[in-house]
Amino acid sequence: MKKLLLLGDEAIAKAALDAGLSGMYAYPGTPSTEIMEYIQSSEDSSDHKVHREWSSNEKTAIEAALGMSYAGKRAMVAMKHVGLNVAADGFINSAITGVNGGLIIVSADDPSMHSSQNEQDSRFYGKFAFVPCFEPSNQQEAYDMVFDAFEISEKYKSPVLFRITTRLAHSRASVNLRPGLPQKELSLPVDPLQFVLLPAIARGKYKSLLSSYESLRYDSLISKYNNFKDGNKRDLGIITCGIAYNYFLENVGDSIDNFPVLKITAYPFPKDLIKHITGRCKEILILEEGAPVLEEALRGILDDGIKIYGRLDGTVPRDGELNPAIVAKAIGLPLSYGQAVPSLVKMRPPSFCNGCGHADMFNSLIDAIKPYGSGHVFSDIGCYTLAALPPYNIINSCVDMGASVTMAIGASDAGLFPSVAVIGDSTFTHSGMTGLLDAVVKNSSVTIIISDNSTTGMTGGQKSQATGRIQQICKGIGVNPDHLRSIVPLRKNHSENVCTLKEEFEYKGVSVVIASRECIQTATRRKRSGNSMNNSIS
Amino acid sequence: MKNDIILAGVGGQGILSIAASIGLAAVANDLFLKQSEVHGMSQRGGDVQSHLRLSDKPVSSDLIPYGKADLIISVEPMESLRYLPWLSDKGWLVTNSNPFINIPDYPSLAEILKEIKKIKNHIIIDADVIAKESGSARSGNIVILGAASPFIDMPFTSLENAVRKLFGSKGDHIVDTNLKALNAGRECSIGLRI
Repeated sequence: MKKLLLLGDEAIAKAALDAGLSGMYAYPGTPSTEIMEYIQSSEDSSDHKVHREWSSNEKTAIEAALGMSYAGKRAMVAMKHVGLNVAADGFINSAITGVNGGLIIVSADDPSMHSSQNEQDSRFYGKFAFVPCFEPSNQQEAYDMVFDAFEISEKYKSPVLFRITTRLAHSRASVNLRPGLPQKELSLPVDPLQFVLLPAIARGKYKSLLSSYESLRYDSLISKYNNFKDGNKRDLGIITCGIAYNYFLENVGDSIDNFPVLKITAYPFPKDLIKHITGRCKEILILEEGAPVLEEALRGILDDGIKIYGRLDGTVPRDGELNPAIVAKAIGLPLSYGQAVPSLVKMRPPSFCNGCGHADMFNSLIDAIKPYGSGHVFSDIGCYTLAALPPYNIINSCVDMGASVTMAIGASDAGLFPSVAVIGDSTFTHSGMTGLLDAVVKNSSVTIIISDNSTTGMTGGQKSQATGRIQQICKGIGVNPDHLRSIVPLRKNHSENVCTLKEEFEYKGVSVVIASRECIQTATRRKRSGNSMNNSIS
Repeated sequence: MKNDIILAGVGGQGILSIAASIGLAAVANDLFLKQSEVHGMSQRGGDVQSHLRLSDKPVSSDLIPYGKADLIISVEPMESLRYLPWLSDKGWLVTNSNPFINIPDYPSLAEILKEIKKIKNHIIIDADVIAKESGSARSGNIVILGAASPFIDMPFTSLENAVRKLFGSKGDHIVDTNLKALNAGRECSIGLRI
């Protein structure tokens, strides 16, 4: 049997290719990015002509994947957890239309916010949309589950949510591979109205969605991933969801025989198994990576049943990622520590790279905005968010993709002058363009700086949909060409750039300043490999 | 057999190449392996770590529990100290002596080295100088891997093969300088241990 050393992300990607994937759709986002990257660089993809271009955002990605599914082929879409908020409209409604070819939506959650604005648990979305959800506990399960997820998707005509967390996404282990399956042939849905959610049609489809969700939990493709193991003692029963099982096993080792354990890695919740373990134990400890999804369900509002320990009573911290120490404490095992960190060790937060164009742009912005005082700069999500930290301390917001533009509009409406937005090129085409259209239509008094490094930088330099198109997009949206300015953020252009920014701050209408300089990371890589810009992916 | 290893450094210093080399060697030796990496925002000049777990039995947790690491491999001296809560009593700390200073309040190097020397089992080497002598200033990370190799329970030849495989696509010259760096780091470390 062939074995590969794969990240959790890569195991999912490889499994999708081996399961006959025809189209992969995604927008980069930590910790999900490596799924698409694996598929783009895999020989399997080029051999079998798998579609694998980045999408403008998660919503366009999920809709394209649904179109691939409409045409009868297997499709996968991957995003970070907050991307599922962007894609939620398509996601929720795809559950009601149902699918034709198998469709898997991978949502990579980031508990502890290693590289995110929030921590949210995608399993809520599974229940919300009434779709089956898989939550593998290790790389091998992640690989194997993809095959079953496609099968169950086609069997129930339902999209399948595939929930992973940072630790699995970015941890490598050896994975045994299966023989590859061929891609599906093009075949249209039998019912030509399957994807037409007119109210009269949608009502009927929603009823059948509700009833099929109930029968899902008893399907062997789901139930084989939920397993109960009895223990010698009946005092404390353990229920683990997803990766939490590993931390439990790490701590108890061979003495696992002392505990009745229910390991859950597929949803809807296995009601019968939960009744079984709660019926035979005095107390239950629930270990979940993420939100207390099962714990809340089990306690209910009344919380007057069996004694439950978990995140809601403080046995496990309410927020943040699990680790071996947290789980040891929860099961009452002694903790061992090495030595304390010496007090001289200082924090080392992330910072702009040497030679970063964002940094030079911010230096000009700082000087240009100085006369107006602080509190005028809305920003967005990308490397440039680091300008919130010293020594820059210049941006006042980072909320969600594209919010810099629209928050600047609202603040300007309220009377803030000047009202400035700083947004990256890839973030601009993800969700900034529609906000710019609002500004143009209203003739808001805003200055929008598009800090264009010709890549999606923070996630490691993926192709940006904006590259070479920003000028035209802004013109097309209707920005007055006299106030569509371009600067090159280099130290030698500092005073000139300060002047340009000051002029545009004073303009009482929409102005856009495009600050273009290639990301130093991608530029360095390109020079080393001798490639021309942005042709690394065919 | 069990080796729990923490790799430490600053984003961009090449700890993932060290991890990949040990990973390839572990697969060649039919060991079980889990290796957790840091991607995303911290890679921009922030502190980064990787947990690498090798065993002849299946590995459960992707993260090493506190007090259980057998080895800390660090390409930067201050970063080597950040993970002491993970180091076991008998564990070894192998670090580069060259600081990477990208913060205004970086402590004095003498004080850092004093703290490192308080650890019972430590190896401090100037990986940058050894890397230059081996023909490539950029292979300091592989020098450090070499210096840590006596504490990794796998045949050294399997690490050499891993380096060959990892850098193979970059041509014979790069492979040779990295093998030189690996061996020089190992020799220096063995010399210091005696």
